[in-house]
Order: sequence, then C-alpha cells, then structure tokens
Amino acid sequence: MAVIDQSKIRNFCIIAHIDHGKSTLADRMIEKTGLLTSREMQAQVLDNMELERERGITIKAQAVRIVYKAKDGEEYIFNLIDTPGHVDFNYEVSRSLAACDGAVLVVDAAQGIEAQTLANVYLALDHDLDVLPVINKIDLPSAQPERVIEEIEDVIGLEAQDAPQISAKTGLNIEDVLEQIVEKIPSPGGSPDHPLQALIFDSLYDSYKGVIVFCRIKEGTVRVGTAILMMATKATADVVEVGYFGAGQFIPCEELSAGMVGYITASLKNVRDTQVGDTITDVANPCKEPLPGYKKVNSMVYCGMYPADGAKYPDLRDALEKLQLNDAALQFEPETSIALGFGFRCGFLGLLHLEIIQERLEREYNLDLVTTAPGVIYKVHKTNGEVVELTNPSNLPDPAEIEYMEEPLVSAEIMVTSEFIGAIMDLCQERRGTYISMEYMEETRALLKYDLPLNEIIYDFFDALKSRSRGYASFDYEMKGYARSELVKLDILINKEEVDALSFIVHSGTAYERGRKMCEKLKEEIPRHLFEIPIQAAVGSKVIARETVKAMRKDVLAKCYGGDISRKRKLLEKQKEGKKRMRQIGNVEIPQKAFMSVLKLDDK
Amino acid sequence: MKNESKRELELYLHIPFCVRKCYYCDFLSMPAEETLRRHYVDMLLEEIKCKSKACSGYLVSSVFFGGGTPSLLPGVQIKELMDALRQNFCIREDAEITVECNPGTLTRQKLIFYKAAGINRLSLGLQSASNRELQRIGRIHTFQDFLVSFDLARKIGFTNINVDVISALPNQTLQDWEYTLKRVLETRPEHISAYSLIVEPGTPFYEQYGEDELCREQGVEPKDLPNEKTERQMYQMTQELLGQKGYRRYEISNYALPGRACRHNIGYWQMVPYLGLGLGSSSFLENIRFSNTTGLSGYLKGNFGDLEKILNKSPSESLSFSQGNQEQSLCFLNKKQQMEEFMFLGLRMTDGVLRSAFEERFGLELESIYGNVLKKLQRQGLLGRQEGRIFLTETGISVSNYALSEFLLEE
Repeated sequence: MAVIDQSKIRNFCIIAHIDHGKSTLADRMIEKTGLLTSREMQAQVLDNMELERERGITIKAQAVRIVYKAKDGEEYIFNLIDTPGHVDFNYEVSRSLAACDGAVLVVDAAQGIEAQTLANVYLALDHDLDVLPVINKIDLPSAQPERVIEEIEDVIGLEAQDAPQISAKTGLNIEDVLEQIVEKIPSPGGSPDHPLQALIFDSLYDSYKGVIVFCRIKEGTVRVGTAILMMATKATADVVEVGYFGAGQFIPCEELSAGMVGYITASLKNVRDTQVGDTITDVANPCKEPLPGYKKVNSMVYCGMYPADGAKYPDLRDALEKLQLNDAALQFEPETSIALGFGFRCGFLGLLHLEIIQERLEREYNLDLVTTAPGVIYKVHKTNGEVVELTNPSNLPDPAEIEYMEEPLVSAEIMVTSEFIGAIMDLCQERRGTYISMEYMEETRALLKYDLPLNEIIYDFFDALKSRSRGYASFDYEMKGYARSELVKLDILINKEEVDALSFIVHSGTAYERGRKMCEKLKEEIPRHLFEIPIQAAVGSKVIARETVKAMRKDVLAKCYGGDISRKRKLLEKQKEGKKRMRQIGNVEIPQKAFMSVLKLDDK
Repeated sequence: MKNESKRELELYLHIPFCVRKCYYCDFLSMPAEETLRRHYVDMLLEEIKCKSKACSGYLVSSVFFGGGTPSLLPGVQIKELMDALRQNFCIREDAEITVECNPGTLTRQKLIFYKAAGINRLSLGLQSASNRELQRIGRIHTFQDFLVSFDLARKIGFTNINVDVISALPNQTLQDWEYTLKRVLETRPEHISAYSLIVEPGTPFYEQYGEDELCREQGVEPKDLPNEKTERQMYQMTQELLGQKGYRRYEISNYALPGRACRHNIGYWQMVPYLGLGLGSSSFLENIRFSNTTGLSGYLKGNFGDLEKILNKSPSESLSFSQGNQEQSLCFLNKKQQMEEFMFLGLRMTDGVLRSAFEERFGLELESIYGNVLKKLQRQGLLGRQEGRIFLTETGISVSNYALSEFLLEE
C-alpha cells in the first residue's frame, strides 16, 4: 500500500442523543462511499452484536475506514469511530473522542437538542474536537430545521447556518455531510518519526487472534515485530499484525503511522492488559509521557448472579471469564447465598451494562440466571476507624460497629419541556435529589440540575422519568463522589425466615415504602402453598411491612377425558415443572423471578 | 383359548355428535347431519372388525359408549354396534355396558333398543336441576325432560343408572347446588358423578369466565364464578348429602350405592387395558398409550390405524410412527412412567393403592421409589396409610393436583 498522505485523513466520530439517527447516518456514509453495496448492507453495520441491533444501541466502540472521492477530485480516508451511546459507557466515549480530530453532531430536526446531545457536545469540546452539526430527519412532517439551527447556535454556541439538512433514512443530502467532513474537520497531526504514542480506545478478544487492540496512532509508527509496552498496565508484547477496519472485517497492512486509526494484535491473552485509555509505546524507543486522560474503570453497580440450576455454577464461571476477556469493566468474584447457593458478585459500569451482560449470559451461553437486586458501593465507616466498601448487603457489619455510612452521588442533568418540570421535580424530590439549578434553554424547555444518590437511579429512574414526561425528558449524569447518608439494611422474611438474597440497602426515609412494595410484589410472585405464608419486611428486628399468601384450599382436576390419561399426565407435569423453577427456602418454594422483583417496584 | 386364561379388556366407543355444544364442553364432539352420522357408524363397524383381530387374547369386561351424545344415534345403530362387538370380541356375560344419554334425546324406542342390545347401565347427563342454570350453560333439555327420561328408563328395566351433575357453575350459590343434589337424590340413581366445573380453553365459557377463573386461582375474589370457599363448601356438601343417603365416594368425583361403582371407570384408575374405538379415542394396551386421529374426514376415510402394527412396534419406532400420515400419537410407557401412573391414577380412588399391588406389578418396594414423597405428603396431612393401603385424605383430595404431581419421578 502506498504511503498515506496525512492531509487526506479525517478521523471523526458521530455524536448524538439516542435515536437521533447516529447509526443510520454511519450506515448511509458507508453505503455512499461504496464500501458496501446496499444489498450487502445489513441495517446498522457498525452495531455488530445481535443485542446491539435489537436494542438499537451501541455497546462496544467500533471503527470503520471508508474512502471518499471528494468534489475536489482527491480521495480521502475517513476513519469513523462509532462511540457507545449510553451514560454507563461515558469513559469509553471520552476515549473514543480522544482518538478523533472532529465530531459530527447529529440533531433530530423534530426533537432538537436533548440532554445527551449536550453532554456529548461538551465532552467533544473538552477534547478540542471541531464539531460539525448536522440536522437529521428533515423528512419528518414535524421537522423544524430552522428552530433547531437556532437552538444549536443559542444553546451550544456553534455556527449552524450551513449545517447539512439531511435524512439519513432516505439518504437525502448525505454528500453534503461528506464534503463538510473534508472541509471542516482538520487532518491529523503527529510525525511518523517520533517515538510511538498510540491511544487504546477499545479492545476485543478474538479466539484466533487473541486480543485485538483498537488504537489511534498519535505519534510514531508501529509495524509487525515492534515490541510494544502498555504504559499503564506495564504489559509488553510483540506486534503480530497491524491493520485497519473494513466493514465488519479486519484488513491487515504493513504499518500504522501517526494520524492513522487501526488495530494491533500482539498475542495478548487478556483485555485487562489493554485497558481503554492506556498508551502504547515502543519498548525500544519509548515516548516520554503517556497520553493524558487514562483512568482505571471502576464498577459502580453490583449484583449477585446465580445459576438457576446449581449444577451450572462452573458453566457460569466459564461464561463470565469469557465475557471478561472482552469487557475489562466486568468484575466478578464468587459468593454464596443461603437462599441461592453458589454464585458470583458481579460489578458493572451501570444498570444497562448489567442488563447487557445478563442477556448475553442467557443468550450466548444459554444460562438460566437468578439475579439479585443491584446495589451500589457504600462506604461503611466503622467505629474502629476502618472503612469498608460494601458491595453485598449481606456483608453489612453489625450496626453497633458502624459509625456512619456514605453513599455515591451523581450530578444529573435533565432536559424537559416546561409543562413537565413540576412532575420531574417531584420525581427528583422523591428520589432524595438535591436541587442545584434550573436554566431555560428556550421558552419551553429547561435544563434541570440535581444531585441524586446513585442508588435511587439505578433501578427504574429512567423509566419513571420517561413515563412522567410522556417520553419527553432526557437525562444524563456523572459521578460526583460520596456523601454521608442515613442508610439501613432492609431484610425480607418469608415464613419467618430471612432470605439473604432479598436484602438490600435503602435510605431510612424510604425503607417503609420500599418494604411495603416489596412485600406486595412478593405476594404476587409466590404461589399459594398448603399453608399460610407471612411475608415481612424488617429493619433490624423491627417489622415494617407485612403481607400474607393465603393457603391453597382447592386444586382438583377431576375430569377423566374418556381415558385420555396423557392429558392428565401433561397437566401434572406442568404443575411439577413449575416447581422446578422454584427455590426452596425452609418450607416455602419461591419462584426464581421473585428475586428480581425488587427491580420493578415503581408502579406509577 | 379358554376365557379364564384371557386378559381383561375394556372397550370405549366414541360417538362425537351432539345436538349442539354446551358452553363449557371441550370434548371432541360436534353437531352433524344424519347421513354423516350413519357414515360414521359404518366406519366404526369397520374399525371394530379390523381391530378386534388383534384382541383375541382378551376378555371384555366393560363397554362404554361415550361422547358427544351417543343417545343421539337411532337406537338401532347402538344395537348394530353392540352386535358387531359381540361378534368380534369375547365379551363377558356379566360385562358392564353403559351408554351416555342426553335427556333431551332419549325416547322410549331408543331405550327398548338399548335393552335389546344388552345395555345394562345408563349415564344421564343432567348437570343441574335448575332450568335457569341448564339454559345458562347451554343444555338442550329441562329438568322435567330428565325426570321423564329417568322414569322411562326405570320402567323399561334399567336398574343401574348414573346421573352427572356439575357444581361451581357461574353465579351458582351453595343453595342452588343443594337444590340440585336434593332433587337428584329424590330419583335415587345408583351412581352420581359430581364434577366441579373446569373452565377449559377453547370453550365459550373460557371467553366469558377465563379471566375470572385466573383471579380465583390467584386467590382474588372472582366476579361470576363461585369463590374458592363456596366451591369447596359445594364439594363438602356433595359428600355430606350423598353420604347421608348411602352413597359412598369411591373416587374424587364419583359416588355410588354399595356395589354400584362404575367398573369401567375404575378400570382406568387401575391400569386395566382398554381399547378405544372411534374418533379421537384413547387406548392403553400392552403398556402403550395411543389414540385415534381427531380429524373427522380422515377418520371417515378409514385412517384409524392398524392395531396389529401398533402392538408390534418396538419403543424406538414410536417417533417415526407418530409422524406418519396416520395422525396417531403413540407412547410406550417405560417402567418409570408405569409406576407414576399406577400411583397418580390409583390415588384418585378413595381406597387408594395397595402397597402389595405395586410390589407385585413392579417387583420393587413402594418405599424404595416413593419413600420421600410418601413421608412428605403424610407430614402435610395429604396422605393416609392403613393396612397396606395408601390413600389421599380429605385435604389431599381437595388439593389432589398438587399431591398427585409429587408422584412424577425425575428423569
């Protein structure tokens, strides 16, 4: 391959609020530049995982190189880096942005700027990226491009008069976007002769190639045989292959030099060695300093995961290990529960991350799981001065040993139309939020800022937000640190026996409400037995809520069906089968899904 | 072969026709033209001829004409069928031979034909003594029609009559049920089947009351169906009132005067072999459970399967057979399944099962298979033991589904 002229490279990403058409635009650009014919296009090429396509979200960062022949007659190489679009993956987003020189900002012509739009733009501007606004979905009858242009100029302060007005769906004016990328996004800098300095923005594990590192070369050159060093993890390896990203495939090449985006394989066995944000350098000719911005990703949300069938415990461990190969943010360690047996306490970036891992375990590894209520990391300050980081409610020290506890806070930005401001403020109030500020973006829309405890938003805050604003509110948050809080452990007793897997930590002010809802929910979930089953919620030794599952009095299927015994057998088998999915706690059989019921307590 | 050395066999003949479907009925039955019914009877005669060949080693102890409404057929056709059975099977002289009748279709002439055909037991589908209720559940007859039929049957000499009644009908009160029971007892039948209504999917009742039933199952107060407590009281009342009048409950839903329990029915619970003839009928022979096609047009073309072939199949062939164009399902019971059925069928009878019978049949101690289950159910008060018998207690019967499902074994 001929040496690539740095001035003909454009490294950029597309940023947008969810559903504003980011992936569709990416698809259209790939199609326009002829990398794939539209027949070969599967909608949303960059979302590789089945799950990503189904949910319409991007989980892993992806990259693709496309070649565009511009109106000036020159061929340009575009490296498009698709960023994860969810707040759980904020850090990954920031690293992807750091690998780019510019960003295409997609704004929905009907909906205008949303909370994520803002968060992403600020993130891009923080990285000194040139932001190129694009108005999408102008084919919609409700499109108001003029209003949106004004909004972009007023709210973000970006020049938007000549922003391309496109429809990614129909392909309208896509060329304008491509042309403006050439014109407005700067070509990369850096020198191929400097010591190697490459930024890892993602990595994945391939069973043939080992770890594949996605990187942007900032300075220097890397080629097959280069001995490389990951500066943060201190891992070293010899480069086996370098290349760039075709659509859905890796295309090897001779070398990657400053300004280029591509991949490196180096017989690494574990993605933990190649942390996102780390800097790769040449062992023989190291750079002086790593690139700025690296941090170790920490789990924010924890839950217990147990195989529904206890015998599948080793399978679950294998599956988690395999997923971890590809997901450095996933943490797990073995734990045991009296109710659920052997399982793992797993750590995630957020609830979406948790759900994704759970779904992948179930789908790709065919495991039936019981998941306990997710929780955050609490800091328990003991009277002896020791500070314990608590991830499993069952491990809460004796209350007598606790001086005080702290819980994590986030600062949240909620964008909402004025008619729903009251409802959303109520919601934040209920969730123990601290009001910070409110600014009107324009006459009818406001940006609300609240500090909220993380444990109040991990379950169902987003759903509640959507339902109370008829889908109009948008939401973004970042971690803010810890604050002292009155927290208690809520225990659930079923037929007088404490069920460890159902315990969780709550603020003392909401314990009663939570306990009551939990009992109601469990009453629905637990089938009737031959005896009455009391369900109680307790804080310490004090019972704060109670429900009763009535005893079963009659359950007869007396008909004989003219000798059709197979039918009778099927009915009995169904009854028996139902019992298999139960967990035995004392005399009571509890359905597996009851353990997850705590997740769905907001009934509004 | 001498009769004494022959094995016992029961025959079931399915007549899938009725005047119109009752709102709760999910049995295989439908209204049909007279010519179609004749055509069906002809095919049934054909099936009797074909299948009897494989049954020469059996002695028939009972015959049951079920439906649908067998009494919808002209009396002479029942006689034709009986004659054919006698020609082709070896039937015991004292065999119990029952015809199910709908009071709205029974005539003096039909009863005379039945008598001539050797029918010695009638089962009358009354369901309720209240005309209002009868109408509400889609029956075609009144209580008075029933009384007339019953009287006729007695006059013509039927000395063994069953009456079917259903409790827990929509909007039925405990008093309503008491009324039905008392009126039925006044007629003094030998046998009473008292079922509790099951709202079955696919019936008009399911559309109407399906949701209500779901509520009731979950312990929520139902709107139209009697609530759980009433339903249970009805069950208890049945036992009390019938017991006072000398009827003994011998099975979950069946009551009889001494010596009048239905032998055919008991055969099902004791795993006596039976051969089903006619559309959709089930059979149990040589530890194979199989059933005829449920498609009428297929049956009328003669797709009722070759019994000799079925009985000569090896268990491994079962799949290929059921996938053929015969539309028949076939299941070889392995020893585990036989044990399960022995228990969950046998325990439907109030006398329960004999420990010795289990051991004789399977060559294993009952405790070695079901020790834990027996202990658990006994502890829960659902199971009783007496003199080598194991049986469900009152409480056990009222939650029999739960109790019986415990006898299914793990793979």
